[in-house]
Amino acid sequence: MTERVAGADRRVERQGRRRGVMGWVDVRGRRLGGWAFILNRLTGLGVLFYLYLHLIVLSQLAVGPSAWDSLLRNWFLNPVFLLLDVVLLAGLVIHGLNGVRLALVGFGIVIDRQKALLLAFGVLGAILIVIGALRFISDAGAK
Amino acid sequence: MSDTTSVTFRVHRYKQGDEDPHHDRFAVEVGPRTTVLDALTAIRRTQDPTLTLRHSCFHASCGTCGMKVNDHEVLACVTNVRELGTDEVRVEPLDNAPVVSDLVVDMGPFYARFDVAERPLVRESELVPGSHTAAGVPQSMRYEDCIECGICVSACPIAGTDPAYLGPAALAAIDRVRQEPRGVDVGPIMRLADDPHAAWRCHLAFECTEACPSNVDPAGHIMQLRRSLFARGWRRPSAEPQGARR
Repeated sequence: MTERVAGADRRVERQGRRRGVMGWVDVRGRRLGGWAFILNRLTGLGVLFYLYLHLIVLSQLAVGPSAWDSLLRNWFLNPVFLLLDVVLLAGLVIHGLNGVRLALVGFGIVIDRQKALLLAFGVLGAILIVIGALRFISDAGAK
Repeated sequence: MSDTTSVTFRVHRYKQGDEDPHHDRFAVEVGPRTTVLDALTAIRRTQDPTLTLRHSCFHASCGTCGMKVNDHEVLACVTNVRELGTDEVRVEPLDNAPVVSDLVVDMGPFYARFDVAERPLVRESELVPGSHTAAGVPQSMRYEDCIECGICVSACPIAGTDPAYLGPAALAAIDRVRQEPRGVDVGPIMRLADDPHAAWRCHLAFECTEACPSNVDPAGHIMQLRRSLFARGWRRPSAEPQGARR
């Protein structure tokens, strides 16, 4: 039985099945370090996107106090935005902790224990995200 | 009673001049000890003699049967089919190397990088009293342990986006020279390693180390290389990307 390779073209073969940028987020066959690599890129892009979004939102301050208060009331106390806050926190924690790991391993300070470091930071990150999420929810409930 | 089961192999096919690559399916009877390479050679022998694959030693020494099986880079000769645990086995050539035919990729660019790295070369035969190199070969030219299968380059996400990247195997070889120069001036190769397309290009996915069938630990060597570069205070000699020379 013969079937075509999805998305295949001659260009792929000439380039030697080079994965390209999409290969960075291709999870097939990836192992623990590969997942950390993928997460670091996705969270990095997410945090970069948030930075610009944040600047746009802050520009409402220039419009006046009523515009800012209205934005807070109508948007930021919405449960969907609370969920996005948790996603943002998760992105910052994952990218930040993984960044520390990469610095420690990348400069040769902790080479032999890189996998243990990844697991330890993974557990620490999960704890921080859960604590942060609970804090967001309790704060929202108090308002 | 025969202890065999039928397993479907979904094999990547491509010949020079083909419009597109495609997959062919072959049913193969496999036993408890059948390897992927056994199955592929059986397909070639009994079903489709045009199937192209590269192999030699059948015991993980020559490094020629590196390929992707169920999305993982492996040596087909030591990959047991039943241990894969799937009814269908997907077989593809290595990534990040030009496909020549079916499961065969052009290893030329990979070897060229090794040559640039002036791989060190300690081979077991050198340690054997009375051993000598073959006629016409000035010295042994193989990095100890590394079987030059190209699996690390296929697994590396950076090699997928930076064609000038020197790659895990060559960088590991450079680090091995640094560790044991054996009279080699390490200055030029350390400058080669201290390049945006060399040691500093690695983004620490450690996929090369995980995939390496010879436990060379290329990523670990790259990190040691970085530590050495950092400690020695090497500076980039010029803006020219030396890692791209080949």
